[in-house]
Amino acid sequence: MTTLWVALVVAALGTYLLKLAGLSLPDSVLNHPRVQRVAKLLPVAMLSALVAVSLFDGGGRYVVEWRTLVGVAAGVVALILKRGFLVVFLVAIGVTALLRLLT
Amino acid sequence: MSGPEPAPDRDGFPDRDGFPERGALIRVAIGMGLYAGAFAMSYGALAVSSGLSLAQTMVLSLVMFSGASQLAFVGVATVGSPLAAIPAALLLGVRNAFYGVTLAEVLHPYGPRRLWTAHFVIDETTAMAVAQSTPRAKRYAFWATGLALCTLWQVGSLVGALLGSAIDPKTFGLDAAVPAVFLALLWPALKAVLARWVALAGAALALLLVPWVPAGVPVIAAAGVALVAGLLPARPAEDRFEGAGESQTVAEER
Repeated sequence: MTTLWVALVVAALGTYLLKLAGLSLPDSVLNHPRVQRVAKLLPVAMLSALVAVSLFDGGGRYVVEWRTLVGVAAGVVALILKRGFLVVFLVAIGVTALLRLLT
Repeated sequence: MSGPEPAPDRDGFPDRDGFPERGALIRVAIGMGLYAGAFAMSYGALAVSSGLSLAQTMVLSLVMFSGASQLAFVGVATVGSPLAAIPAALLLGVRNAFYGVTLAEVLHPYGPRRLWTAHFVIDETTAMAVAQSTPRAKRYAFWATGLALCTLWQVGSLVGALLGSAIDPKTFGLDAAVPAVFLALLWPALKAVLARWVALAGAALALLLVPWVPAGVPVIAAAGVALVAGLLPARPAEDRFEGAGESQTVAEER
């Protein structure tokens, strides 16, 4: 088994165990306002970091690919217009691919 | 949802004989499943074009079954060490544990039943279950959404993976899809002011760290921002549990 497979299985089982823990643990363990707030903010901070890193991290140094940026900006417009995932996805890749074709 | 209060059943499973909300619940569940299936297609295409095999892409969908965690795993594992992807996926999965606390009160999953109930504890099933007014409708909503979503999630992942392996990612602009999909997941949570600051700080911290630490670590470090912001004294308006995640907006709109 490669490292990728090991990491994948560990992460997948771990995610399942987190779900199971929530159903199994006594109420009092997780029922604190501050603990809940941290849990609510975790995906916000991490998803936002993933956006930033996937846009500007070129393997340990900063890169700016303007076609990708414009494509993602078009995706944001789709989000503002309350479109679903597939539309946002298609708009972002469509605009980027079109710019790459034209420039 | 309106209608006469149905008698509560004791075994915890939905009754076979109908109750007023059943048809509406099934329709919403299938609608959410189709939406999730579209998201899963994006995931499958991205996973394969980032370097995961078809089998790896599907094992994540079948066993992890949590969109944000799956995409984070792909995003981190394929640029840095796969081991850094473990905490990234798990930290994003922490919110599911909190959904479990809410759902345990609704579903009463005792004994071995808990083992398979846990698999379906995700954003959408929780949102659908808590939105219903009677215990029976809550349980029915949980299972209808869970089964529809899980089925269409696998189908979507497979179709996306097959499409993704057939095309060249760079030519088709798939590199723009990664940040766009993460933004789409983040978007519903940004209604809250505190969440906006946390998002901004998380992104800034991650970017600052990029030249200094191995790939994947900036994303894990951003979790620290959530920890600090969450432990600061609360303002009452921020206490609603309205996290970022999969297609939660769909559940709220209906």
